This record gives sequence, C-alpha cells and structure tokens, in this order.
Amino acid sequence: MTDNFEPTIIGFTCNWCSYRAADLAGTARMKYAPNVRLIRMMCSGRLDPTFVLHALSSGADGVMITGCHPGECHYIEQNYKALRRFLLLRHVLTGLGIEPERVKLVWASAAEGARFASETTAFVEEIRRLGPLSWGKAAIKEGGRIKDDKDSSFVIHLSSFEKEVPS
Amino acid sequence: MITNRKPTFAMYWAASCGGCEIAVLNTHEKILDVEANFDIAFWPLAMDAKYKDVEAMEDGSILITFFNGGIRNDENEHIAKLLRRKSKILVAFGSCACEGCIPGLANLSPVGEIVYTAFNTITTDNPHEIYPHTAFDVPEGELHIPKLSKILLPLDQVVDVDYYMPGCPPESHQVSAVIDLAIEVIRGLADLPPKGSVIGVGNSTVCDECPRARNVKLIKAFKRIQDIAPVDPTLCILEQGVPCNGPATRSGCNARCPQAGAQCIGCYGPAEGVMDYGARLITAFSSVIDANTPDEIERILDGIPDPTGQVYRFNLAGSLMKGAKSAWIKENS
Repeated sequence: MTDNFEPTIIGFTCNWCSYRAADLAGTARMKYAPNVRLIRMMCSGRLDPTFVLHALSSGADGVMITGCHPGECHYIEQNYKALRRFLLLRHVLTGLGIEPERVKLVWASAAEGARFASETTAFVEEIRRLGPLSWGKAAIKEGGRIKDDKDSSFVIHLSSFEKEVPS
Repeated sequence: MITNRKPTFAMYWAASCGGCEIAVLNTHEKILDVEANFDIAFWPLAMDAKYKDVEAMEDGSILITFFNGGIRNDENEHIAKLLRRKSKILVAFGSCACEGCIPGLANLSPVGEIVYTAFNTITTDNPHEIYPHTAFDVPEGELHIPKLSKILLPLDQVVDVDYYMPGCPPESHQVSAVIDLAIEVIRGLADLPPKGSVIGVGNSTVCDECPRARNVKLIKAFKRIQDIAPVDPTLCILEQGVPCNGPATRSGCNARCPQAGAQCIGCYGPAEGVMDYGARLITAFSSVIDANTPDEIERILDGIPDPTGQVYRFNLAGSLMKGAKSAWIKENS
C-alpha cells in the first residue's frame, strides 16, 4: 500500500439524527477526516443496498451508513430495517471478496457530534489500513469489455495456468 | 426494396448449455412458421454452417439473430462481433446473453482456479496434470483453441444489443409470441418495439403472477425447501422461510416454479427498474426477518448457506460488481 493513499468514502446519513450530528460536529469545529462525502437521506431505512454496491463499484473504498439509535427512529422502526439489510449485505460482500469492514453502520443521535467525528476518523483509518478497493476502479477502466486481441492483459492464455494453479 | 427472397434468421450459442435452442424447438409447430417466413442463414445446432460462410455475407444481411450464451472466450467474442456486423437486429436471447446466468457464477473464482478444478479434482482422472494449451503444433500446422477471458461477460458488454429476451430458458409461449411479432413486423402489420426493450416478458415481478397468498408474516429462520414438509400449497414461499427470488425477478413465466411448489430461483432476471438484482433481493429477504438485535438477525441469516450465490444466482455477470474481487485482480501472495 502506498503511504499517501487517501480513501474515498461515501457516507449515508439520516436527516433526523446523524446528519444533524455531522452538522453539530461542523458548527462545534470538531476536526475529523475529510474523506467522507455525505449524502443525506430522510432515514437510514431508505438505504437501498444498491446505493452501497453502486458506490463501491464506482470507485468508493468504503461506505458508512449512519442512523438513529435503535428505538429512536423518527419513523418508528426503519433503522432496524437498515440493520437487517446491512447484515445481509455484509455476507454478500464477503462472498464477492470485499472485506466486510469496508461497510460500516454507525448509530449517532443529533447530539452526538463528537461520536460522529470520532467514528468517521476511525473508519477512515480502518479503510486506510485495508488499502484501496482498486478492483472497482479496475473494473471501470476495463469497462468490463474484452479489448482487442493485441491487448493480452484481459485474455488469459490457457498455457499459463500451470504457473497459476495452487500446488 | 422488393425482393423475392425471404428475410434471414440466425441463432448462435456462446457460453451456454443449449437449453435456449431447445426452447425455440419446443415451440412445436410454430417452428414451421419460422421456416415459412425466414431463410435460416446460420444456426450451428440445427444445420451445418461454417464461420467463413458468415464472414462472406454482406454486412446487415441477416435480419434477426438470436444470440444465446455469455462471452467467455475469444471465439465467443469474435462471433458476437461478427454477428453484430452481419445482423440488423441482434437479440440477447436467454439469461446467459442477458446477464450471465449460471456460467456467470464462475466470476466468483479466478480463471486459473476454474481450470484447475475442471482438470485436477478428485472426480477427474488426470495423474500427469495435463492442461489444455491454446496452441499446439501438429504436422499439418499449428492448432488453436479459444482463450478464456478473466470473467464471463453478458453480450451487451461486448457488442451493441437491440433487444433482450431473458429466461433460463425463455418460456416457449414467450418465444412463440416473439416469433409472431417478428413475422407481423416483416409483413408491415406491427412496429418494432423501441431499441433496448426487454421482449417476451411481463412488466412486473414474479410475485405479481404468483397465486400464493401474501400476509405480513415474519420469519424466525430461513430453511431449505427440502427441510420443510409439507410445503403449504397456498402460502407465499418466502413467508414459509424459504429464500424465494420472486420479489426481484421479472414476470413472464407465469410464476411456474412457485405454482409447482418450489421457490423462484430468478431466471427471468431483474424486474423493470431494478439496477442491481442482488441488492433488491437483500432488501426483500431482510424485510421478512423477525428480529431486531444483531445476534438474532445473524442467527436467522445463517439459514442462507450461500448468500452471494443465492442473490446473484443468474445475475452475477450482469450485476454492478460483475464478479468477485479475486476474479478481477490477482492477489499478491
């Protein structure tokens, strides 16, 4: 890993708690890692796993999902739905070879600006340790297409397998 | 242009099982309508043909090509590009061409591992560890076999596709309907659907066609269908605890599997407006879990032994991720 790797992180925040927690961290001038691009949703229950997969396949190195503490959802129980989706999504990501730590769920109330800031910084450090999810970028670069025959980087010769197979 | 010649039809298989061709033949006497209205230009399964004959055709001279199978090697790719050039209308026919289907699940493994498994596991007698070579010298010259690509790609990631016709295989009544439409278009009785349309399908989900009763029942455990006996014939299969792919899957099959007492496995691909099939299924499965604590949710999720294979069974190659990281990138070890 290069030392100067700056992770790109997409953060999904809930309008009623965690977005306000981020706002509070800002107005209180707390310092936290600037790698997170926040997207506000009305509720963490709005989080379609498509958003996470879209972010990861488009070049994000990690995704942070934040919502109200259990039992404190503005829409009664939607954050439990986010929790269930998040846990199943982690299983699916593991199967795809993505470290499950790249997607994190954080509960933060509107008063917890400090918690939001520290969790963000901790997450950025975690992703920094994991390194870039370069596969997402490789997939974009290759566009999923087989290039012309002159470019052998995509097409693999069968005869090279003897070297690749596990011994 | 007035001509006495019939329009031409072609069908090709790339990385597929051949079931799509059987589905076309399974239209029974409808196949005679194809013969009556089309000249068959190229159809390796049904009649003898050589690639050089297709190469000699004029560009755009084939009216309609049904292309089934994904693109797994350079031969598939070559023929896909060739048939694209020669065809006016190219239809991605069947789940493999549309979204990768079962062969697309190989995108979970590096290509070296796939070949190793095929030639060197306990079920294979290969004591000298002989692997195929892409080029081989014989007295008559050098022989070549196709080179595998890193991952399997759906047809539309390699060439421009006009229409999609999903299904594994497409149901015969849908194939018949598409053949009828093509004949009507030739006779000037109907217009072509807009480019990029998904044809021979419904516009909703399998659940919409499924006659089983849906309540708001929540479940405490996921089970395999063979572990519940008897399966309630009238109640939603997902609500009985079996992961059923119906909520994310496009309609068009008349919910054939749920009607027969089995869970939908998702062969008709993502429903209208679904960007990532697996993500939609994650949402659907999560919605029936009756638990609020992480430990309890994890215990219920343990009932799905292979979550990735379950939610991407037919759709991995066509999903946002396209495959597993190990298939894309060679890990440094």
